[in-house]
Amino acid sequence: MSQLQIKDLNVSIGEKAIVKGFNLTINSGEVHAIMGPNGTGKSTLAKAIAGHPDYTISGGDVLLDGQSILAMQPDERARAGLFLAFQYPSEIQGVTIANFLRAAVQARLAEGEELDATAYYKRLYTKMDLLKIDRKFTSRAVNDGFSGGEKKRCEILQMAMLEPKFALMDETDSGLDIDALRIVAEGVNAMRGGALGILMITHYQRLLDYIVPDHVHVMWDGQIVKSGDKSLALELEAKGYDWVKKELAHA
Amino acid sequence: MSSALPLPDTAVPGFTSDRFAAHLAHRSDQPAWWLEAKKAAWNQYNALPLPARTDERWRYSSLKDIVLDGFELPSEPASAIPHLPDFPHAAELTFSNRQIVDREKITLPAELAAKGVIFVPLDEAVRDHGELVRKHFQQYPVALGSEKFVALNHAFSSTGALLFVPRGVEIALPFVVQHTLSGPGKATFPHTLVILEDQAKATLVEFFVSAEPGSAHFASGVNDLHAGDGAHLTYVGVQNWSNATQAFQSNSIAVGRDAQVLSLNLHLGGRQARHESHSRLLASGAHSEMLALTVAHGTQEFDQRTLQSHQAPHTSSNLLYKNVLLDQARTIFSGLIVVDPDAQQTDAYQSNRNLMLSAAAEANSLPGLEIQANDVRCTHGATTARIDPEQQFYLEARGIKPAQAHELLVFGFFERVLSKLADDNLHDALRSFIQAKFKNL
Repeated sequence: MSQLQIKDLNVSIGEKAIVKGFNLTINSGEVHAIMGPNGTGKSTLAKAIAGHPDYTISGGDVLLDGQSILAMQPDERARAGLFLAFQYPSEIQGVTIANFLRAAVQARLAEGEELDATAYYKRLYTKMDLLKIDRKFTSRAVNDGFSGGEKKRCEILQMAMLEPKFALMDETDSGLDIDALRIVAEGVNAMRGGALGILMITHYQRLLDYIVPDHVHVMWDGQIVKSGDKSLALELEAKGYDWVKKELAHA
Repeated sequence: MSSALPLPDTAVPGFTSDRFAAHLAHRSDQPAWWLEAKKAAWNQYNALPLPARTDERWRYSSLKDIVLDGFELPSEPASAIPHLPDFPHAAELTFSNRQIVDREKITLPAELAAKGVIFVPLDEAVRDHGELVRKHFQQYPVALGSEKFVALNHAFSSTGALLFVPRGVEIALPFVVQHTLSGPGKATFPHTLVILEDQAKATLVEFFVSAEPGSAHFASGVNDLHAGDGAHLTYVGVQNWSNATQAFQSNSIAVGRDAQVLSLNLHLGGRQARHESHSRLLASGAHSEMLALTVAHGTQEFDQRTLQSHQAPHTSSNLLYKNVLLDQARTIFSGLIVVDPDAQQTDAYQSNRNLMLSAAAEANSLPGLEIQANDVRCTHGATTARIDPEQQFYLEARGIKPAQAHELLVFGFFERVLSKLADDNLHDALRSFIQAKFKNL
């Protein structure tokens, strides 16, 4: 059983405060959705937790199983069990998916320990089949010339291979048509529960029809202003974000 | 970094007349024309000045670091030869401190010998295949600035190889030539001559390696690569001298009608390494693919000068030189495409790309064109870029350590060149050299 605690987190880009006193605790097996309008700090939250150098943590803490991760480098955070599924995955020419994933898996082995290549490919192909990804995919360069759907499936494939404790999924539904969305959701649903905790960031309720969250939080101006179960997402869909805005104004 | 590099003991004189006389005295079994040519080369070496600041062909080069004293020609093989990546090959010629070792490995498979293929050390080639050597040796000299060092090579050359492939003979497996130096202050002068007759096909891989990382070595190498009509020649050079070595290499590439030459030079070692390469597209349909990969670190300087000469209509050439620079390393690329007046329909491309892994590194690029025909397609360009921080973060966000993320991005950057090698085993061998360099950084 693992736990990711985000405590009174403040994040800024340069001088500009983006995330302002964000609090949330996620346990293994739970799926939390964070919804909110554009510019409210959702992506900033995810990238800051993953350790992106452009973001400054100006206050608060992020604890993985009680240990602060803020002093850790991005690669150390990843090896500790965090995974960021990017909204806009980088295209990396000349580096094949197979080599890239192999390096990522190898990085998790002890010093001097060699990767079992046969077992690695067997596992890789199993995950690819699950995500309906063609085997030829492995010899393509990472995200290079991929369609939106391919990029997102590639993110989920990486997540499946690296088996994180907590996945931060940033707008995984953006750029996906309904078929691609279904495949991606099936992949995520196959992984959910058990040892994986998920923080799912989305602008639209649509994704939540396919990956049904245990908890839904509304983020506004850098913090959570409302929490509930999946019915909150439906309510938001029906009433729009202005409804939250009005409620806040009355509070 | 620079202060840690051992320098040659310059109190010891370098390439003296006594040394040259001794070199000749050991070669009394060689034909008179060859010995005369060596004497002429020795005189030329002495007559030519050291590269001067006023010489445009040495622009940006660190001339003060060129040292000729303190080196000697070794006469005993080293006790240990560095282990090279193993890959399937046709035959292998290994020189250790200028002496042939493992002589049995030179032996050609019987079927190749029966077809008339020749693969012998240069000394023996001069003695036993004199006319062949005489016709092709420096038939197309390279004159991009290093004439003095080419003359020195010719005066002292004994190591190196002749590969001759008769008309229509195709050989899939590569031929391997290895030059190793061991011990401080040792020098070598390899000369490799590759002659493919019409419609022949072959690959030659040449390794230049120091047995120990700390020794200051001196190397001046020359290649003559000849591709007859319709021939396919692949040449791969792996330069992995010690970081204290001063190296010069001059490649001459002559491409016949409808022939194709692919040359790929991997530059990893040396304190100061100068590489000159001149492709001559001699007849219609000739194509030269000129590729180079460099990993420059510490205070290394890699100095690359190229010339693509289009001397006939309907010829093409494609040059892609990619450098990765770390620390305070320097690279210089100066390339020229020359299209003769009657070389219509020339298609020539020249590109130098630099990936900077350090703000203190310096990449100099001097691309050039000289077009005298009016119906041609020539493009050239140079780019200098840093690692994209978003790509770096993406890899690190997967748990890949920063140094390994760099390495992956470097291989990604190199992939377009490496993937042009059809031989996967060779491709892997080059990768392992690059990986070893990164491991030891």
